[in-house]
Amino acid sequence: MLPTVSSARAERLVNLVLCLLSTRQFLPAERIRATVPGYADAPSDEAFFRMFERDKTELRELGVPLETGRQSAFDTVEGYRIARGDYELGEIDLDTEEAAAVALAGSLWDSPELAGAAHGALRKLRAAGVEVDETRGSVQPRVRATEPTFGALLAAVQAGQAVTFDHRRGGPTGEIVRRTVEPWGVVSWRGRWYLVGHDRDRADVRSFRLSRILEPVKTVGDPGEVTVPPGTDLMASVRRNFDYGPVTGTARVWVPEGHAHGLRRLGTVVESRDGGDVLEIELRSERTVARWLAGAGPDVVVLEPPALAARVRGLWEGALAAHEGVRA
Amino acid sequence: MSGLADRLPRLLSLVPYLLARPGIPIAEAAADFGTTPRQLRRDLELLWMCGLPGYGPGDLVDLSFSGDTVTVTEDAGMRRPLRLTTAEATALLVALRTLGEAPGVVDTEAVQRATAKIERAVGDAGIATVAVDLSREEEATATAVRGALDRGRALQIVYYTAGRDAVSRRTVDPMRLLLVEGHGYLEAWCREREGVRLFRLDRVEEVTELDEASAPPPDAEPTDVSAGLFSPSEEHRTAVLEIDREARWIAEYYPVDEVVEHPDGSGSARVLLRYADPAWLVRLVLGLGGAARVVEPPALAAAVAERARAALAGAKG
Repeated sequence: MLPTVSSARAERLVNLVLCLLSTRQFLPAERIRATVPGYADAPSDEAFFRMFERDKTELRELGVPLETGRQSAFDTVEGYRIARGDYELGEIDLDTEEAAAVALAGSLWDSPELAGAAHGALRKLRAAGVEVDETRGSVQPRVRATEPTFGALLAAVQAGQAVTFDHRRGGPTGEIVRRTVEPWGVVSWRGRWYLVGHDRDRADVRSFRLSRILEPVKTVGDPGEVTVPPGTDLMASVRRNFDYGPVTGTARVWVPEGHAHGLRRLGTVVESRDGGDVLEIELRSERTVARWLAGAGPDVVVLEPPALAARVRGLWEGALAAHEGVRA
Repeated sequence: MSGLADRLPRLLSLVPYLLARPGIPIAEAAADFGTTPRQLRRDLELLWMCGLPGYGPGDLVDLSFSGDTVTVTEDAGMRRPLRLTTAEATALLVALRTLGEAPGVVDTEAVQRATAKIERAVGDAGIATVAVDLSREEEATATAVRGALDRGRALQIVYYTAGRDAVSRRTVDPMRLLLVEGHGYLEAWCREREGVRLFRLDRVEEVTELDEASAPPPDAEPTDVSAGLFSPSEEHRTAVLEIDREARWIAEYYPVDEVVEHPDGSGSARVLLRYADPAWLVRLVLGLGGAARVVEPPALAAAVAERARAALAGAKG
């Protein structure tokens, strides 16, 4: 069977890497053309340079540290070399438990971008002599990222390039607003993904839930323009949005024995009386606590504070008004 | 082009990989690289043509085959793999740091040692552009579950079922410990229900390891979580709700199949919400105080009115 075009190119690229790794001098393109098998086939100078440019791009995309430079001040043309120290993965020696942790980490991602990159990393570790056994054990952590914009946003973060996209404010029925953001990172918090970055329109740090970002995500400006301020805590930027604030008081409620287990999990029993228990629940957001309490319906009696009791009664009145007159 | 992008990294890793494992079966090497033995043989034939300038014997990569195994005899200077790219280092290091923050679920000391070693070998390629937070409240439960899995013991648990707002005591045969969508879950055979169940660790109120072997029936099928935890099932029913703007967060928080915006532009919408337990839905709607109205099924709407009426009567007394 004749070698295919891509086989010939793969062979040329491997030979190019080996050649440039073995030289300390910067080799000019003409020397490479005369030395590395495959380039001699180029029918013209122009064809050779086109071929060589494509090969350099391919190697750089793989992460091969291709250096450019002149051997001495007298040289008129630039040459190429690969410094072995920059090319080679450092020494690494993992014991059985450490290798098991790495294998588990390698299978954590459930998104094509991150899973592909993690598998690439494991392949190199194996080539470095580490035994990584991915056979599934009894512990299986998975982090999913299936939002269609995930790949584009991650690529923009890694390229340091600003993005613009339509954002649905406040969820599925919210209004759509265009945003331009300098992306700093993507964060998974409580199983949901967020983009964190500097919002140019609002001149402030913002986080955007990925499920609210609409396709397409477009890059603006050049790669490398975005710099993440030193000491940025991505997770804290997201968490801040869910902060209920400090404890502002304590609610006292009565629940009958054997009922309202959800409420019992939120508070502590301080007293048992009248065939039930008195619970104390910390009040941060009165609104949220009112919603939980109202959900229990006749299985709760709000004792204190009066404002909370009134709020809960208001929710029941609202629910009744919305559903009254309905016949099953 | 995608063929080359796939093949070139493999070609550059293959010689150091084989150097570390003289006489490895070709099938085993192919499996480690996620390719077929046939493709791996082609790769080896190609590498045979590669080497150092001079390209004479001794300059070229040389391999010796014996039966179905292979050994590198000349490496042409390809002794170490290429270092990790930024994307590879990020994916691996963030995964390790994530696991390091899930105490109880994994051996976090080994995770931290591995993280430090890989950071050292990788150099400065790893930058924190991705961060994952896993729920940490359930550390003690996770540790107990992992211990039972390691020792192959059954567990007795007291579990809160949010759907029914009830607590029950069950004997379970642990199968796996899962971390999905930010939460830890025990997957086990539930002897009372005679089925495989997922128990969210932060809802396990008590856990006791029993002095008897964990014995899930051989036909107990692991749960498929690849499509997420809220995959539609026969147990799920559907309700139609009308929600005001202030309650529209529920369409993002709970499994919703359809959102139809109200044409008046008020921000209200009609949603199809999946639920397993009617009592759960009644509690949800009752707590929203009229910002959500049950349209279908009517029996649920009547139940909401009934519970609200009873609650108001009780509050007066």
